Amino acid sequence: MIEMIKVSKWFGLFQVLTDVDLKVAAGEKVVVCGPSGSGKSTLIRLVNRLEEHQSGRVIVDGVELTDDPKKTDAVRREVGMVFQSFNLFPHLTVLENLTLAPVWVKHVSRKEAEETAMHFLARVRIPEQAGKYPSQLSGGQQQRVAIARALCMRPKLMLFDEPTSALDPEMIKEVLDVMVELAREGMTMVVVTHEMGFAKTVADRVVFMDGGRIVEAAPPAEFFGAPKTGRARLFLSQVLGH
Amino acid sequence: MVWRSARGRRIAYQAAAIGAALFVAWFLISNTAANLEERRIASGFGFLGREAGFEIGESAFLRYGASDSYLRALVVGLTNTLAVAVIGIVLATGLGTTIGLSRLSKNFLLRNLSAAYVEFMRNVPLLVQLFFWYAVITESMPGPREALSPLPGVFLSNRGIFVPTFSGAPELQGFNFVGGAALSPEFAALLIGLATYTAAFIAEIVRAGILAVDRGQGEAAHALGLSRGQTTRLVILPQALRVIVPPMTSQYLNLTKNSSLAVAIGYPDLVSIANTTMNQTGQAIEGIAIIMAVYLTISLSISAFMNWYNAHVAFR
Amino acid sequence: MKFAIQWIRENLFAGWVSSAFTLLLIFVLWKTLPPFIDWAFLDAVWKPDSKACRAGEGACWGFIAEKHRFILFGTYPYDLHWRPAVATVLLIGLWIFSAIRLFWKWWLTLVWLSGLTTIGILMWGGILGLPYVENERWGGLILTLLLTTFGLAIAFPLSILLALGRRSDMPVIRGLSVGYIELIRGVPLISLLFMASVMLPLFLPSGVTIDKLLRAQIAMILFAAAYLAEVVRGGLQAIPRGQYDAAHALALPYWRRTYLIILPQALRISVPPLMNTFIAFFKDTSLVLIIGLFDLLSTIKISLNEPAWTGFGIEAYVFASLVYFVFCYAMSRYSRGLEHQR
Repeated sequence: MIEMIKVSKWFGLFQVLTDVDLKVAAGEKVVVCGPSGSGKSTLIRLVNRLEEHQSGRVIVDGVELTDDPKKTDAVRREVGMVFQSFNLFPHLTVLENLTLAPVWVKHVSRKEAEETAMHFLARVRIPEQAGKYPSQLSGGQQQRVAIARALCMRPKLMLFDEPTSALDPEMIKEVLDVMVELAREGMTMVVVTHEMGFAKTVADRVVFMDGGRIVEAAPPAEFFGAPKTGRARLFLSQVLGH
Repeated sequence: MVWRSARGRRIAYQAAAIGAALFVAWFLISNTAANLEERRIASGFGFLGREAGFEIGESAFLRYGASDSYLRALVVGLTNTLAVAVIGIVLATGLGTTIGLSRLSKNFLLRNLSAAYVEFMRNVPLLVQLFFWYAVITESMPGPREALSPLPGVFLSNRGIFVPTFSGAPELQGFNFVGGAALSPEFAALLIGLATYTAAFIAEIVRAGILAVDRGQGEAAHALGLSRGQTTRLVILPQALRVIVPPMTSQYLNLTKNSSLAVAIGYPDLVSIANTTMNQTGQAIEGIAIIMAVYLTISLSISAFMNWYNAHVAFR
Repeated sequence: MKFAIQWIRENLFAGWVSSAFTLLLIFVLWKTLPPFIDWAFLDAVWKPDSKACRAGEGACWGFIAEKHRFILFGTYPYDLHWRPAVATVLLIGLWIFSAIRLFWKWWLTLVWLSGLTTIGILMWGGILGLPYVENERWGGLILTLLLTTFGLAIAFPLSILLALGRRSDMPVIRGLSVGYIELIRGVPLISLLFMASVMLPLFLPSGVTIDKLLRAQIAMILFAAAYLAEVVRGGLQAIPRGQYDAAHALALPYWRRTYLIILPQALRISVPPLMNTFIAFFKDTSLVLIIGLFDLLSTIKISLNEPAWTGFGIEAYVFASLVYFVFCYAMSRYSRGLEHQR
């Protein structure tokens, strides 16, 4: 589903990603973790070309991402993304947030889009909020709406960029529950997160990054139980210690 | 004892303030009354009914002749002001929005040329620009017989700018144009000056409004597959507009107030005609009071609208 | 070389629309820039010879060469021009001096006082063997600078009082402040200048006169105070509520806490919009032309009245634009520099 081959990226003169190789198969759930500044957000933003890579190749669902805007649009239609700061459209209701892209990008009829929207709102367990504005919802509810919004485009792959980092502790669970359900239904997911419990429960593979490189990648049992590298061990001790 | 308590002090301060204000008012008014009498200047607004006795160069809507009253002359001035203000606002908004968007363009030439435009127009006084445009029209433009015609039906000459309207197109007859609408050199200079000057400020407001929208909004829209155009139209602009409208309205008000500079280039707006009236009747106080009252009404109406807008339309 | 091609591709020809714009703009520039350079430089007449100017096709900069003394100094006596010249340089020097952070100390006020006194002595004369020149004869650049300087210097403290008054919880004070601010901001500057020019003499007891320059200066001060007050009020509103709470908690009396805690923070936040208002005020001094004062724009305009030089308005106003642009652009760049430093 995703293939990254020797990908490097610079911000000006500063190299944020160095020779990254990553393969994600369909149906796989990959958790990306690492200290801040390790490049993990940049990595997943390369998948839907919110960031551009300068060297190497990025191939998503068989389409190679290049300067061609048509290829980028094709990929974005099949890839859903959930952001740390939700990024819901504040001037639209919840329902309108969900129907915007299907109507304007996939040219689905408004009626059909609304049906799909209500279906996914029910899936994330807040169908009654359809008429409200994002500012009237709690953080946990907003993030669930954001997940539903991405799902309305029926993506083949979902990217999560630290989806719970901006939430109050008591709301993290409701979002993680939705993500676990999504995983169990077979969605391909790449998740950048600090929530190690989620990684243990759901991930097929944990990818640890540091300083712009993938340092270690292994199934969770192996990664958490017997980390091979010193940096991974240090990171785990900091994150799991408290 | 009164000044020991905080409440007592507050009352004392306010009483003192009212007292001072009343004293100043009494001082000014009594001096004024004495001076007016000494110079045998009349008081009151009775003069408004008298015959004006002067011609007005142009009138946007109303018919006027020298035998009409001062009041009618002033109303003509007001309609002239509103004419140039409204058309100026429309032109300035269009031009300003275009330049504001250009400032954000990825195209190097477009971005920098529009930035240069904004920098230049904002750092030169409006009065200088008005004189410049007036000089361009009266000194550089050819006479009507050799008028420039950049677009079919539009003629530029040193007698003014002629444009076609719904009722017909301008045609050269003898030494002048007949038909269509004629913009006198004064009106044209004022309009062009006001529009190009205010457009620079509007450009900055539009640019700031668009930049004020969170970056994540654009990213979320792109991640959903929306094109650049769709993102701008459906997600960015609606949010930007809420930030843009208040300062934009303020600029509209500025343009209207700035139209008063018409007196310097001879366009008969309200201030111009009030000035002539004051010179003829000697009743300066009434004249200035009229000018201020009219502009205050316009400003306060626009402020009231802004308050309504903020209460009802802005983000909850 | 590869970089250059890539840059051109990304910045000038990034798509259909972008390429179209690039071509259009290059066409427009090609049509306007060379003729302008011809007019302004190659064909221009630089000698102060009006016959040559009329015969030539280019700009007549000789007009400026011929009239520059009048433009800079107005009707000041011709052989005493060194006095306003020195005063102008001194005043600009004071501005530049005050702009340097190193010099923001308590003695800056003394520097200003002595500088302004010197300028006053130079311009008026009457003592130290300098012949007296009444201020009706002042004009040109020094007048514009003096109007701006005194206008801002006196209006600024007034505006702080107005802003504090507008936020006061005493209804009378608040009412008077709001009334003043909204009245002044709601009317055009011209009407205030007219008011000062025509009505101030009526307001004063008969026999007391007030000269034209002072009338204009008062109008400009009243005008600036209202606009600056709104900027300061914005700064006062932008301070976090917690600062007010902390100041109250320290049991400081009103003026003490305002002076020590509130105002320093409010003014610091307000620096960018304050600078913008200063620049706008400098441009607004050009309006005194309308009530018959000889500021810089006025002297330029009047120079055109001489029959030999009528018809060169475009050159005159391009020159005026350049002078104002240099001052205003310098001030706005300085303001942006200040913003970044903070």
